[in-house]
Amino acid sequence: MFGLCALAGLLVVLTLVDLVYQLLRNGQPAISKFGLGFITSTEWKPNFSIEGVGAMLYGTVVSSLMAVVLATPLGIAIGLYLSMMAPARVRAVVGPLVELLAAVPSIIYGFWGLVVLVPFVDKLEPGLHSALGVIPLFGPASPIGIGVFTAGLVLTVMILPIISALTRDLFLTVPTELKDGAAALGATPWEVIRGIVLPTTVSGVSAAVVLGLGRALGEAIAVSFVIGDVTAIHKSLFEPGSTIPAEIANQFTSPVNSLHTAAMFYAGLVLVVIGMLTSVAARMIAGRFDVTQRVI
Amino acid sequence: MSAAETALFEGRPFDPTAPLTPSGNLRRRIAVSRFVQITATAGAVFAVAVLVIVCYGVAVRGASALSFSFVLQNPSGLAGGGIFNALIGTLEIVAFGALIALPIGILTGLYLTEFAGPRSRTARTLRFALDIMAGLPTIIVGLFVYGLIVIPQHRQSGFAGGVALAIVMLPLMARSSQEVLLLVPGSLREAADALGVSRWRTVLSVILPAAFGGILTGAILATARAAGETAPLLICDSIFNPNATQLNLFHGVPSVSMFIFTSYDLPLAQAVTRAWGAAFVLMMLILIANVLARVILARSRGKMGR
Repeated sequence: MFGLCALAGLLVVLTLVDLVYQLLRNGQPAISKFGLGFITSTEWKPNFSIEGVGAMLYGTVVSSLMAVVLATPLGIAIGLYLSMMAPARVRAVVGPLVELLAAVPSIIYGFWGLVVLVPFVDKLEPGLHSALGVIPLFGPASPIGIGVFTAGLVLTVMILPIISALTRDLFLTVPTELKDGAAALGATPWEVIRGIVLPTTVSGVSAAVVLGLGRALGEAIAVSFVIGDVTAIHKSLFEPGSTIPAEIANQFTSPVNSLHTAAMFYAGLVLVVIGMLTSVAARMIAGRFDVTQRVI
Repeated sequence: MSAAETALFEGRPFDPTAPLTPSGNLRRRIAVSRFVQITATAGAVFAVAVLVIVCYGVAVRGASALSFSFVLQNPSGLAGGGIFNALIGTLEIVAFGALIALPIGILTGLYLTEFAGPRSRTARTLRFALDIMAGLPTIIVGLFVYGLIVIPQHRQSGFAGGVALAIVMLPLMARSSQEVLLLVPGSLREAADALGVSRWRTVLSVILPAAFGGILTGAILATARAAGETAPLLICDSIFNPNATQLNLFHGVPSVSMFIFTSYDLPLAQAVTRAWGAAFVLMMLILIANVLARVILARSRGKMGR
């Protein structure tokens, strides 16, 4: 029994090692041809065997950051509402609902984004441009509402349930004695949140946000529906762009040559490195959270 | 009334019948608190509304495409027929993936809780590996299995798709069984040890039965997650006959998620309607599985007296 269990654990570790090996081996032609310049080069022209992942990297980071910036305050608001303010009945309905929405598959979010969200964004963009046009991020509206901005919105909707469910669970772990003690000393509900709840959970909340970021960075299908599949860097969010996973999803089934396939494996390797860094970051932040919890 | 008391009430004469209303700094603090509470509530309502709109959008558009024949017929032509073969295909691939991932996941969970000490280096390495695996983008899992299975076999297959889904399920399964096994009271293990029962026997006849409900919940959730995955199947299992049922896993097997993914490329309104129908069926299956998992968890908690 011990042997079987240890074998299973070993298999998990081996799978990960082999995963990196497969990416390295199949990406080898591209790795030896482009080297590290692959990461910064923004030219992606598979037909001419010129491949660089820079523009997609930019699109990946920008759309994910946008999603995190929008989803974090909203997610924390839901978490606070569900854990501290909502009446029991609302809590019993909305809590599981939010968790269910984390289970909706990405293909459905993508399809919904394309058919429902894109026309809506198309109407929204001119207004945003005239109101916030001073900032280069909000450039002139795109013709059909497809672009990095739309991808960021879809990612926001996708990671919102994750962040809210995680933060709600965290806020529920704050000891009642601390909250009641603060209230007994005359703190208003907001002062209890600011002085007790947020400081005791800050690293857990950050870990939840980083987890959401990791999910957004790796999302392929939903993004490929709405981002426009253009490998170029534009200042404006309303211009079409691309992300590494979305580009792999779009092009992997129809590569122009073997170097193109290899370049996609190399791009995958870049994505894995970013993903592992976010996993490690989340773990380190959450690790400190465990320490603070033990102190209390 | 003394001067000091007058000062206390900010120049107003003392009136014991006046209502107790906050003033000055307290009034400001309460106003700030109200404001934040209202903002948080509004944010929560807005976010929940957005999420409900997504589900409602899928349900309304999907329900119009839904009928018994839609679920029981194979697709015909470019935009006719139903999704029977895709449903069967998803079932095959996911069942095959679960067959690999569930035992390995449960064994990994057992290793972490029953055999490795919580502070041991192997256990920490393994937990770290599981964390990384859970955070892997699913399209990367697809690339991995493409290199591992599709390239050597020179063909895409439901087999490769199933292996990819198994890798998606494995960390979820391992983590959930680990959490459930940690909830099994230590007194049960100690009682078994006191009776001189060997460790593996304790695991099989005491610990696993006690944790059964929780493990089942984890299994359902992991399976539901895998059923909705598209990216690994796009890489490993996207070449198949779209209009036929394929029972052989070593050939390309159609799936509901690939059905939706390919439908949006077709320039036909009926194809989009059909895709909405498929999206609705997929979403309902996954949501029902999630609700079911929740009910099982609640019942098993009740049984264990927590």
